[in-house]
Amino acid sequence: MRYGTEIALLVLFTFLALLGAAFAADEPFRQHMTILFFVLAVSTVVLLRNTNFAPAAPVDPDAYMDGPVRYGAIATVFWGVVGFLIGVVVALQLAYPDLNIEPWFNFGRMRPLHTSAVIFAFGGNALIATSMYVVQRTSRARLFGGNLPWFVFWGYQLFIVMAATGYLLGISQSREYAEPEWYVDIWLTIVWVAYLVVFLGTIIKRKEPHIYVANWFYLSFIVTIAMLHVVNNLAMPVSIVGSHSYSLFSGVQDALTQWWYGHNAVGFFLTAGFLGMMYYFVPKQANRPVYSYRLSIIHFWALIFLYIWAGPHHLHYTALPDWAQTLGMVFSIMLWMPSWGGMINGLMTLSGAWDKIRTDPIIRMMVTAIAFYGMATFEGPMMSVKAVNSLSHYTDWTIGHVHSGALGWNGLITFAAMYYMVPKLWGRERLYSLRMVTWHFWLATLGIVVYAAVMWVAGIQQGLMWREYDDHGFLVYSFAETVAAMHPYYVMRALGGAMFLAGALVMAYNITMTILGYQREEEPIGGRSTALQPAE
Amino acid sequence: MSEKHIDEISGVSTTGHEWDGIRELDNPMPRWWVWTFYATIVWAIGYTIAYPAWPLISSATPGLLGFSSRVEIQKELAAANDAKAQYVASIGTKTIEEIQADDTLRTFATAAGAAAFKVNCVQCHGSGAEGSKGFPNLNDDDWLWGGKITDIQQTIAHGIRFDADPDTRISEMPAFKDILQPEQISAVSSYAASLMGFPADQAKLDDGKKLFAENCASCHGEDGKGMTDVGAPNLTDAISLLVHSEADIESQVRSPKHGVMPAWQGRLGETTVKELATYVYSLGGGR
Repeated sequence: MRYGTEIALLVLFTFLALLGAAFAADEPFRQHMTILFFVLAVSTVVLLRNTNFAPAAPVDPDAYMDGPVRYGAIATVFWGVVGFLIGVVVALQLAYPDLNIEPWFNFGRMRPLHTSAVIFAFGGNALIATSMYVVQRTSRARLFGGNLPWFVFWGYQLFIVMAATGYLLGISQSREYAEPEWYVDIWLTIVWVAYLVVFLGTIIKRKEPHIYVANWFYLSFIVTIAMLHVVNNLAMPVSIVGSHSYSLFSGVQDALTQWWYGHNAVGFFLTAGFLGMMYYFVPKQANRPVYSYRLSIIHFWALIFLYIWAGPHHLHYTALPDWAQTLGMVFSIMLWMPSWGGMINGLMTLSGAWDKIRTDPIIRMMVTAIAFYGMATFEGPMMSVKAVNSLSHYTDWTIGHVHSGALGWNGLITFAAMYYMVPKLWGRERLYSLRMVTWHFWLATLGIVVYAAVMWVAGIQQGLMWREYDDHGFLVYSFAETVAAMHPYYVMRALGGAMFLAGALVMAYNITMTILGYQREEEPIGGRSTALQPAE
Repeated sequence: MSEKHIDEISGVSTTGHEWDGIRELDNPMPRWWVWTFYATIVWAIGYTIAYPAWPLISSATPGLLGFSSRVEIQKELAAANDAKAQYVASIGTKTIEEIQADDTLRTFATAAGAAAFKVNCVQCHGSGAEGSKGFPNLNDDDWLWGGKITDIQQTIAHGIRFDADPDTRISEMPAFKDILQPEQISAVSSYAASLMGFPADQAKLDDGKKLFAENCASCHGEDGKGMTDVGAPNLTDAISLLVHSEADIESQVRSPKHGVMPAWQGRLGETTVKELATYVYSLGGGR
């Protein structure tokens, strides 16, 4: 029977969710388990309707398994649009506080919804889908583990749904980028280990003699995230049927654990993982060899060794002991060149193909992504210097820094990878429209520039206002005045975000039409080649 | 598996590996990259020698410069306090009228009061002391409990209707729903509305005036101009804390709302209260 085990397990978990709702120790847990029950019940029905008792067709052991990658590409685009939309909403909530709708849609619940949606739902699906695509092709091997990749895909979507609904219900352990409560954390751990098994299994059974550099980065991302996730979320639940838990850490140790996790979520999720993406899709799209093998080795090991120590720079001038602050800062400075190694290798891979920037909007997106990567990885070490940090910390400058990295680097490189991958995954000759990619490129890039520039100005003004003293040594501004001063910037920031969202909507349409098999009639970019002019 | 070959465009040899058509060039690492990386490492080592850095068993290396952020902040705070000490001491010993008479002290106290105001008072009174419904505007001439500097000092020090302070200012307008008939409340409210310049029901004014004299004048005065001794608001101007229409007035007469302001002397100390009073007096004090 097809899906026999899956259906049995789903039924079991559906029943457990029902029990959880029935015996819940608190109201949010009851609501959350009710949601889980309905999600699992619907999934069970869907599987039951798709089962059959005919013997399964034999699977070609050498054929690539692209089903989960196709679903992953769709999920990436979908969650991307959702995450950006929530981003625009929270930006507007900051500019116009009346938009806080109590209790479910207030800023406190919407903000983690935004960060998790873009990092874990959009970024995570992009990483899982591209890593499964890349590891098969660079290892010349089908994904390991039978149907396990499908479990990874659907299990991860369940994690996203549980995390998101939990936030809106007010279930949160208040750990930055790790807000889901203990039971959702346990679920993610199971899914993540399955992901590691799939990825590592595929590498182990590879038919290439060497492991490609992209796979080093993907693997370091998967392994490190597992470690970070487990340690940061060590907690004791108040009740086995309750939505609250207490962290094993307290005080400054807890703060350091959270930023060890938080900073390396940036380092390994948003940097290492996406460098893996870059190392495959840039040479493929440019059709050029990787610039320097030696550079890739050195910057890989330097990056993963140094990144893990840099977290304390988020806790400058706090109760964290001076020695830990010093180490956080110097490791961040040393991280500058290893980060730039990826930028150099990415950009220099394009040498010999620079003319494509004029005609290929996907290459243009990649180049801009790498440029933003380089800028953000310079700005980061700079902001970790204590003297700079004393001005920038707690201001919107940090928000601008994060977004120039997240929108510029993670966003654009993901969009480029999707534009590369989707036609191939569905066997289409080309994208529905390259001109729409150009539109997406300009909307996104201008949106990022507006966003980042506005937040620089806002953040520096905010920092300067906070430390402004009069002749007698008294503070000049009340906190409320510094908040009021941010209003125009917050409005402009929302505008930048809306442009980025508009670009993503253009992409969603373009990708949908490509999947459906349409091709838009349009003039090629750069005009028709004169060589192809029909004879008079 | 492919062999090493020369890339035509760059003329550089590849490493001989190939994955899904991707080759790697055997370019050396850019020199500036390597040297900058070394430079950051050397700088990092130097910095960790100069500053507290390497954890030992029960402490950490203190660094050659002997830097400590806790000592640093204490020094800065001490220097800031030293610079103010002379003024603060004078403010502590002098009365508020003496401070007012001394230009230097008054300037300092106003600045200090403004800073304290930003931290402690803006939450209710607004960052421009403009107030809002239920929280008085401090920029105008209308003072519930008096606008002389000593009145303001007394209000800040002991608060209004703040139970924990025995010297707090107390007044409570009675709930007239227990005293007057509904039509009487309506009439007196119309009269009060006419005093404040709001549109009022003309037919009720005569009754209202009589009722006002019997029930309200003892606190708000025959002419409705209020009495700061008991915190009774002036009803002849349109500046009002809680009421903006005849209906508001009626509700206030029926069962009045009473605002509370905490006493600050215990929390901030006498000196800061003097500074705050000096600042607030500079905004709209006088009467």
